[in-house]
Amino acid sequence: MSDFHAKTIHELTGLLEQGVCTSEQIVRDLLERIEKTDSRICAYLSVNADSALAQARAADSARAGGVRKPLLGIPVAVKELLNVKGQPCTCASKILKGYTAPYTATAMARLEEQGAVLLGRTNMDEFAMGSSTENSAYKVTRNPWNTDCVPGGSSGGSAAAVAAHEAVSAIGTDTGGSIRQPAAFCGCVGLKPTYGRVSRYGLTAYASSLDQIGPITKDVRDAAILLQAMAGHDPLDSTSVDLPVPDYATALQSGLKGMKLGMPKEYFIEGIDPEVEKAVRAAAEKCRELGAEIVDVSLPHTPYAIAVYYIIATAEASANLARFDGVRYGARVEGDSPIDMYGKTRAAGFGDEVKRRIILGTYVLSSGYYDAYYARAQKVRTLIRKDFEQVFETCDAVLAPVAPTAAYKIGEKTSDPLQMYLGDIFTVTANLAGICGMSVPCGRTASGLPIGLQILGPAFKEENILRAGYAYEQASGFSLCGPPAR
Amino acid sequence: MKGQFSENAEHMDVKYIAHLARLDITDEEAVRFQEQLDHILEHVRKLEEVNVDGVEPMSHAVPVQNVFRKDETRSGLNRKEVLSNAPAQHQHQFRVPKIVE
Repeated sequence: MSDFHAKTIHELTGLLEQGVCTSEQIVRDLLERIEKTDSRICAYLSVNADSALAQARAADSARAGGVRKPLLGIPVAVKELLNVKGQPCTCASKILKGYTAPYTATAMARLEEQGAVLLGRTNMDEFAMGSSTENSAYKVTRNPWNTDCVPGGSSGGSAAAVAAHEAVSAIGTDTGGSIRQPAAFCGCVGLKPTYGRVSRYGLTAYASSLDQIGPITKDVRDAAILLQAMAGHDPLDSTSVDLPVPDYATALQSGLKGMKLGMPKEYFIEGIDPEVEKAVRAAAEKCRELGAEIVDVSLPHTPYAIAVYYIIATAEASANLARFDGVRYGARVEGDSPIDMYGKTRAAGFGDEVKRRIILGTYVLSSGYYDAYYARAQKVRTLIRKDFEQVFETCDAVLAPVAPTAAYKIGEKTSDPLQMYLGDIFTVTANLAGICGMSVPCGRTASGLPIGLQILGPAFKEENILRAGYAYEQASGFSLCGPPAR
Repeated sequence: MKGQFSENAEHMDVKYIAHLARLDITDEEAVRFQEQLDHILEHVRKLEEVNVDGVEPMSHAVPVQNVFRKDETRSGLNRKEVLSNAPAQHQHQFRVPKIVE
């Protein structure tokens, strides 16, 4: 037995339960796998070999003592944006080089309480700003399906680690698609919970009204398991909502029969890769065969979503990133005065994309332009949310592509930020509306790259998207994550 | 609400805005960012087409307001932890350049 790395959470839990293996063996197998393949994939910024083995041994002795927890001894890789006490949290930025988190994010603490082993820190776009993980200050992560291609982003390291079987499961964050799009590009399942479902405490803020933490996994069942562990109210995040968390494992069993799924015409537009459109339409047809009713719907304000997103997200980012000033943490470039020090520190510490977004966000909030840009964007955001509310009056979920194309070549879009932004057209809407969404593999292009089906659900109805996603996955045969050549 | 963009709204003064954000940028960056941001703003101006008369702005996805907790003391990070990542410190405080002459 040495292919533990290729298994899912629920398979490994079964093996642990039967006494076939120990958590320590699983972790050692993954560390070996990382050693073997990560020099090529570059999914990790750091691996916590010692602490992971210690957590694994603790889990093994707890199990021997009769303890049973949903994630006992299960390894999880964590995006470098999420704070875990004693571990680095650079946010893939030079400005936080050497930073060690002094506290633990609530969602990560919940994973640890459930017995999870935190395996390592995954690469990402600097401060989660990007769609390809090329904006990391440290390394470029490669897509395991084709190492000339990007893994997507910003949680590209998490998705690549899972697809390359360097992780059994991983945690990402999603502000405009940063879980769903890399999951689609790498052939994984990625779930962005409803805004307020998972505590953001300890998530280094990019755009506070849009950010959510969620799982990237090998199948839908594993996504449900990790969401279950992280979801729920947290007094340390006043925007986490105090609603009961349903049992997601039960939701998986309900099947597609009786579900009404909408197909929004605005998500099948010119510019979408015909292979992607064909795969997503075929997935919808499959759902129909499985008993769902498929109806045409309209989300008319979709064409404005990118504009709204890049105003609101950058405005919030410009405020959130003001904290990186060389005073309390991170790098400092000395100056003659505090203002001189701030300007020099931030110039040296931030990469291009972060600088562009800080400038854009400062501009749209500045006197004279606030009404034209920021205030107007907030109103159009209301209209985007209302579009969804109307559709969800009759539909249980919406089916759409995750991105207009499959993974593209490394370097293809780096010189044209707007082109990169436009690739987020189908994912930013869920964040703006505050609803939940999931990416599930639904096919491959002729060149062998994965294609993702996006399932969007009403706020706090993760059970709807898990139910539809699980039924589709079981019937589709695309559930096996990871390229065939291992 | 139409026509609120001034004629030069799509052409921002990048160096000035960067200064407001306390971000030093080089002349080369100013030129490059200018071109890229002009391009982005041109796209963003699409929002002018939308009729937003009478539409309430949305600043947040959940209608939560004024969340209070009990007024009880609880422990936070200790001083050592707070200062553990400081780039410069002096006598248990963050050290910064001189502010007042």
